[in-house]
Amino acid sequence: MGLRLPSKVLEHILSFIDSNEDRNSVSLVCKSWFETERKTRKRVFVGNCYAVSPAAVAKRFPEMRSLTLKGKPHFADYNLVPDGWGGYAWPWIEAMAAKCPSLEEIRLKRMVVTDECLEKIAASFKDFEVLVLTSCEGFSTDGIAAIAATCRNLRVLELRECIVEDLGGDWLSYFPETSTSLVSLDFSCLDSEVKISDLERLVSRSPNLKSLKLNPAVTLDGLVSLLRRAPQLTELGTGSFAFQLKPEAFSKLSEAFSNCKQLQSLSGLWDVLPEYLPALYSVCPGLTSLNLSYATVRMPDLVELLRRCSKLQKLWVMDLIEDKGLEAVASYCKELRELRVFPSAPDLDEANIPLTEQGLVVVSKGCRKLESVLYFCVQFTNAALLTIARKRPNLKCFRLCVIEPFAPDYKTNEPLDKGFKAIAEGCKDLRRLSVSGLLSDKAFKYIGKHAKKVRMLSIAFAGDSDLMLHHLLSGCESLKKLEIRDCPFGDTALLEHAAKLETMRSLWMSSCFVSFGACKILSKKMPRLNVEVIDEHPPETRPESSPVERIYIYRTVAGPRMDTPEFVWTIHKNPEIGVSHLAIK
Amino acid sequence: MSESVAAEHDYIGLSEFPTMEEATTMSDKTKTRDNNNGLNFKATELRLGLPGSESPERVDSRFLALNKSSCPVSGAKRVFSDAINESNKWIFSTGSTTATGDVGSGSGPGSSVVKDGKSTTFPKPAVPVKEKKSSATAPASKAQVVGWPPIRSFRKNSMASSQSQKPGNNSETEEAEAKSGPEQPCLYVKVSMEGAPYLRKIDLKTYKSYLELSSALEKMFSCFTIGQFGSHGGCGRDGLNESRLTDLLRGSEYVVTYEDKDSDWMLVGDVPWEMFICSCKKLRIMKSSEAIGLAPRVMEKCRSRN
Repeated sequence: MGLRLPSKVLEHILSFIDSNEDRNSVSLVCKSWFETERKTRKRVFVGNCYAVSPAAVAKRFPEMRSLTLKGKPHFADYNLVPDGWGGYAWPWIEAMAAKCPSLEEIRLKRMVVTDECLEKIAASFKDFEVLVLTSCEGFSTDGIAAIAATCRNLRVLELRECIVEDLGGDWLSYFPETSTSLVSLDFSCLDSEVKISDLERLVSRSPNLKSLKLNPAVTLDGLVSLLRRAPQLTELGTGSFAFQLKPEAFSKLSEAFSNCKQLQSLSGLWDVLPEYLPALYSVCPGLTSLNLSYATVRMPDLVELLRRCSKLQKLWVMDLIEDKGLEAVASYCKELRELRVFPSAPDLDEANIPLTEQGLVVVSKGCRKLESVLYFCVQFTNAALLTIARKRPNLKCFRLCVIEPFAPDYKTNEPLDKGFKAIAEGCKDLRRLSVSGLLSDKAFKYIGKHAKKVRMLSIAFAGDSDLMLHHLLSGCESLKKLEIRDCPFGDTALLEHAAKLETMRSLWMSSCFVSFGACKILSKKMPRLNVEVIDEHPPETRPESSPVERIYIYRTVAGPRMDTPEFVWTIHKNPEIGVSHLAIK
Repeated sequence: MSESVAAEHDYIGLSEFPTMEEATTMSDKTKTRDNNNGLNFKATELRLGLPGSESPERVDSRFLALNKSSCPVSGAKRVFSDAINESNKWIFSTGSTTATGDVGSGSGPGSSVVKDGKSTTFPKPAVPVKEKKSSATAPASKAQVVGWPPIRSFRKNSMASSQSQKPGNNSETEEAEAKSGPEQPCLYVKVSMEGAPYLRKIDLKTYKSYLELSSALEKMFSCFTIGQFGSHGGCGRDGLNESRLTDLLRGSEYVVTYEDKDSDWMLVGDVPWEMFICSCKKLRIMKSSEAIGLAPRVMEKCRSRN
């Protein structure tokens, strides 16, 4: 009956399809397409490590070459997920070591990685090339040493903002003298000093090295010497600049930078003194990415730097840039696509920086390609949001953090409902949205109605009632991740829209009014959701109507997980069993 | 006009002379939520005159507005909160203990627990504010909310350590260079306790003595021991602190121990405070029965040091 595409032909066609979303669609067509697709998929992405078992993934994709995993919920970044919650890499490493020995790349985010994991990786995957750990923890520099020592073909080793038990800088010396394959090295999150001579030799024998991100312990002298050995770098993260400015040091640094003609991305710059900034001028015209978010440089020094960066696409900076500096950005950095402005003083006590909503408005007006924004600001106005939405309908990611919880429009005293309505309505391609400030249920009605493509939504200190959640879960067609804290909704909306939760990756709620009873009902109703209660006290010791501290709900085909700590309860599907840890010690 | 608006929304609570007008012209939102406008604001008014006690209440009114909203949760009274000792503050923690902790830290639960509140009375503040952190600047320091503003711990830690340096000051070079080395301005150590589900992380540099440390630990961990063995929670040992705590803890089942740079577990309190913070890597509150074996090692160490 009908034509059947020979699998070889299908394989060939599939070799052109990289996107996993497309491949997922392909695999749903029919059994033979499913089979061909799974046997040819090389890059596997698992957005929630508990959504599926490692064994199932290993079995389905035997030709896997690259695995990307995410563990803890996003709010773990802000200390809302207690230590020990989970997200262990070990079961995955173990499963892959057994079934997919040809694995070459592992990328983990927000997972617990131990030295044993790293040693296992080093020992099991002969062709291992890429290790990227983002916001991970649980390992020490010994584990890194194992990777360095054993992985002959290591190209990429990046530790991005990890919490590492730093036992010293020796790990670097474990790269064998024969290793010449390094393309990217990022150890910016480590504390200890590495031996500069080891690093110099490593850099010298790595002709393909394109990206090097140093830790703050590397001195300026070290930086100069490294730049001399690697003028081909495209990405550089400097060490700390907090050293005395000697005239010779400055000119050496300047010269070293001017020889790096291919530099496109610059970061690090811890404690950079304004006097050093001119040393960077030579690379500015080529820069597409600049991370000044650790540089305590103020105005007007920043302007001199920024006005030279005409090709800049990505700028991360602190609010020390002030509205004035953002005006300069709007004038000179016409290619800007992404802007992130972080607070220099997260404690509001010290907040008196002249950065206001006007800064973002002026960038929105001047930078036509702006599509991604993360902006921390003490207060905001609806008018500003309306202008931003009108000027930049091409925004894809809009994360506004009004630092003052419940802050209304400071000029009109109204909630910021109108402003976020404009954003949701005007920015039709919006994928990610974080809201803040004073918001009523109305705001969420607008968001639910208009934000059709939003996949990730973050909400804090907002809303009035269950309507808020009702609007979001009944609207927001593309919603995949919803995270909410300190909002006054309760059980009703959650239970009413239970089915929606299975279309999403996860829902996080903390300090809301969801009761334990509702969690039980939800869990019973939805067999393929894990409903996890994170609470210091066992839920059974309290009345069913009492609210639980935190809830993490996610869809899964793997059933309740086996590694929950004492303070996490997975509501069992069988009501007789009730609540269990299912922890196997 | 805008000035008065700004004053109304002085969330930091720096205004010294709140007026009735100011109180009652707060946003309509809060007004409609509060069943007891006059009474509430009068109540806060009285307290607003005292420096330092301003902002907590004002922050409270905001958070409580949240709780008072008409959410159709069926009679969700927070009964369980009554069982918890009033002094337990696992609600909002001060910056010194959790706000700058890293991702791995066991931050206390950040829920805004609301006491059982009748609809006509102003619910009690759900934010029993802890002591201000030792580095508090303005007298009206806000209650620190866990995880807010949403900045990654890594960034917070980096900023904390760089702010304590003195950039651009050439005469301080040596100090700056020393600080860029292994010695950090903040000294975070993990604190674990037997039987407690959460690890905490504390900055030892915020304490100046064993006394301060022990009272902080007691506050942090007492909630775990209530109900367990019916014992009094916390930590301490004879001679470690002088508060009423000692009375409770004499004969306590728990002692505080620490892991030092040589990876040995020692009893806290033996060495001078300065020496302690230089060598302490981790803290653990364990049962006295398990700590017995530590004493001989302490003796040996002292001997070998001398």
